[in-house]
Amino acid sequence: MNAPAERVELLPGTYRDSVTLMRVSRTLAERSGVRDAMVAMATGLNLDLLDRLGFTAPDKAGPNDLLVALRADDEPALADARQALDALLAEAARPAPGGLGAPPSPRTTGAAAARAPADLALISVPGPYAFAEAMDALSAGLNVMVFSDNVPVAQEIRLKEEAARRGLIVMGPDCGTAVVGGVGLGFANAVRPGPVGIIGAAGTGSQQLMCLLDTAGVGVSQVLGVGGRDLSAQVSGRSTLQALAALDADPATELIVVVSKPPAPRVAELIRAAARRLDTPVVFALLGPGQDDLTAAAGRVLAALGRPEPRWPRWPAAPPPEARPGALRGLFAGGTLCNEAMLIASRALGEIRSNIPLRPEWAWPGGATGGHLMIDFGEDSLTRGRAHPMIDPALRLDRLAGETAGDDCGVVLLDVVLGYAADPDPAAALAPAIEAAVARGLGVVVSLCGTADDPQDRDRQAAALSGAGAAVFASNAEAARHAVALAGGTPEGAG
Amino acid sequence: MRPNDTARLNGLLDRAPRIVATGTAVLAEALAQQAVPVETVDWSPPPPGTEDLLARVLGDPRRADADATAVRRVLSARPQWVDVRPAREVLGLEPGTFLHAGPPLDWDRASGPMRGALIGAMLLEGLAGTPEEAERALAAGAAHLSPCHHHGTVGPMAGVVSPSMWMFVVEDARHGGTAYCSLNEGLGKVLRYGAYGPEVIERLRWMSAVLGPLLRAAVRRHGPVDLRAIIAQALQMGDELHNRNRAATSLLVRELAADLVAGDAPAADVAAVLRFVDGNDHFFLNLAMAAAKASADAGRDVPGSGLVVAMARNGTDFGIQVSGTGDRWFTGPAGTPDGLYLASYGPGDANPDIGDSTITETAGLGGFAMAAAPAIVRFVGGEVPDALTATQRMYEITMAEHPDYQVPILSFRGTPTGIDVTRVVRTGILPTVNTGMAGRVAGTGQVGAGLVAPPAEIFTAALAALAEAVPRQP
Repeated sequence: MNAPAERVELLPGTYRDSVTLMRVSRTLAERSGVRDAMVAMATGLNLDLLDRLGFTAPDKAGPNDLLVALRADDEPALADARQALDALLAEAARPAPGGLGAPPSPRTTGAAAARAPADLALISVPGPYAFAEAMDALSAGLNVMVFSDNVPVAQEIRLKEEAARRGLIVMGPDCGTAVVGGVGLGFANAVRPGPVGIIGAAGTGSQQLMCLLDTAGVGVSQVLGVGGRDLSAQVSGRSTLQALAALDADPATELIVVVSKPPAPRVAELIRAAARRLDTPVVFALLGPGQDDLTAAAGRVLAALGRPEPRWPRWPAAPPPEARPGALRGLFAGGTLCNEAMLIASRALGEIRSNIPLRPEWAWPGGATGGHLMIDFGEDSLTRGRAHPMIDPALRLDRLAGETAGDDCGVVLLDVVLGYAADPDPAAALAPAIEAAVARGLGVVVSLCGTADDPQDRDRQAAALSGAGAAVFASNAEAARHAVALAGGTPEGAG
Repeated sequence: MRPNDTARLNGLLDRAPRIVATGTAVLAEALAQQAVPVETVDWSPPPPGTEDLLARVLGDPRRADADATAVRRVLSARPQWVDVRPAREVLGLEPGTFLHAGPPLDWDRASGPMRGALIGAMLLEGLAGTPEEAERALAAGAAHLSPCHHHGTVGPMAGVVSPSMWMFVVEDARHGGTAYCSLNEGLGKVLRYGAYGPEVIERLRWMSAVLGPLLRAAVRRHGPVDLRAIIAQALQMGDELHNRNRAATSLLVRELAADLVAGDAPAADVAAVLRFVDGNDHFFLNLAMAAAKASADAGRDVPGSGLVVAMARNGTDFGIQVSGTGDRWFTGPAGTPDGLYLASYGPGDANPDIGDSTITETAGLGGFAMAAAPAIVRFVGGEVPDALTATQRMYEITMAEHPDYQVPILSFRGTPTGIDVTRVVRTGILPTVNTGMAGRVAGTGQVGAGLVAPPAEIFTAALAALAEAVPRQP
């Protein structure tokens, strides 16, 4: 075969959102003759990935420049791909205004809010720009969900002060999920309506809880995200307090559940005092050392409603033909699911390295490590200029291939989070990678967070994943315990 | 639940929410999948390095009230034409002092048409006998130059005002401000476009001897002329008050004619004045500019406000002033307009953008009201849909809609008024300006008309100054 033809270029000042660029990259990569295609904003993270793909980064690349890297079998294929890229980018550009007198598309949240009555703004621009858009929304009297991460905490506080002044709520920043008035926002699962109102400072924690409740036949009234830092000493529960009052006033909500990491002590006191003043009972699901896991918390909620706890669905797999010993590697899209798995696994296995470590001394600096490791691919530094791993599996697949090829990993634990806005068929990309891992003797365990009504269909996904050789669990805690057992640990309370 | 507590979060939990989505398309698509109404924002990032400035300015607790106050003052101004007087009297201009358009400028950096107009003004004031003599004196620093805007004044194109020129006096009956503008000379070879030939000087002399005094007598007899009312009507008759003033000029003559005739001036002078105004479709422009200046000035000096209160060009620099940053100018290179050329002139003949007439855009007229003036879109090189789009795009960068200045074809929507520095930086949408083009060589006159945009960096500079002025949090 001829030497491949390559091209790396920078298109300054050309902006497209990360999901659009992921789709463009995918479409280009699927063309015949194209070996690698990467079209992304030139953030540090994407430049690293460029390097790993064996390209040389152009000089002076900045996060507002569009980076194009193509590798094809030969020059004609390369030229074809480059031309196709222009067409794809043009397609993804703003739509032409309609007929005579049709106004051009609004360019700011404020301008959009002025056009038609609205209740809520959903902001998902890159973090450094989110404040301006969120402030627009509040000024126009809209509640805000800030999906964006990488928002400075001082800006979060300023937004929440403004919201409190106006009797509104800021959900987020880094709020991945919400269900409001029956509508799923961000990464939300298709769950039945019901009596439970969830307040979540932990996005995938809320998703796990609502999915387990749905499986048990119990629906939710609302799910209000508040952002992972809301219960920190700095932010002081500003949005949680707003959410508690709003859910107390909501006729559909009979029971409130607060899902969070353990709050800062002073804030915990504040929240518990506020909860005591409500007419609606409040259940706390605080994920931390010595606390219930989310599955146990779901059991407590069911008990409070007088409902039995079911046996949580699982889709077993035969153990790998030649299981190889080695460390446990957790590769997560959901930060809360990752945290819960580490809490469970560290009790049996001790030290677990991570980019969201349980203890500061367990921090993982990146790269290879001999011991147990769990990575949250949704963490801020891994999403700069990239879509969230629930949408874009590239970084996680890259790591999974690395673990498969290496020789120190014995068990891989993955989460697969379904719902609106998530990858329409995550099993399609994961199944071949899982098969390859199992063939190399790795144990693969999947925590599958979803419902039967999700667009991806949980049961179909489960079948595909277990068919590929993974043991699949609806409960993240059960998945973690199973993975620990495969890794040779003896988890307490295994069942 | 608590029964009295139903309107929490603006009723967010009571119904399926109506949503504005800004950012990742996939999240808006997920809403569409659930059949939820979504207004999507066509978002793109602001220039690198501005995100912290924007956060600081937009997070300023004073901002919402400051902007509301500043723009409310602009919208509520009631400009009235009350008098016509020589510049030496109303502005206290001394011999050898000249006002000019745009931000501050000296002779060395002055462009061709600015130099031509200054030469003409030297000749008019008798400070030089020939153009060459005038030029030498100006180059030697014999004259004192000062921006019109520093004297409550605006001047079209070169905007040169000398002591003997007569000025429209416009008062804001609501807030008490006063603004001045010279009398319009007509089109072609005229001082404001940098021409200084004998016919130019002769016309200016006649304007000081006959036109000014007759207009003064007429307006004093008539009493204050409500310019806001004339502008509102003219917008509904196809003017945008910058490049088209035909309707407004006609309305003005209709209103003033009886008081012109009723005085004791010789009939031949009255006829000459009426004939002069009839021959000049832009006669009202200078009143529109003074009205816009009086209105925009009402919005000045509100701490924390990012309202643009002046946009002006001197043929070399384009400058803006902002409510929250006082009299400071933010300047960058003036661009060359894009449009159509008269006769055999072409792009090589055009001078960079010049004039204070951008005060009309500052007050929600001109390019911002382009949709009201489809008759002239071809003159500035466009088609009717472009005019509608131009006005509609300006709503993205303005704070308000004018209650009286309305655009019929947009269902009488008020014109986009009050440029917001933060929105210009965030969207990258620059104010649309309709303008005339002066020849680059001194003495040429007008060579065309077209559209021009200010340099983007002056808005970023203004944003940085606003950010600097935000009080530190205690």
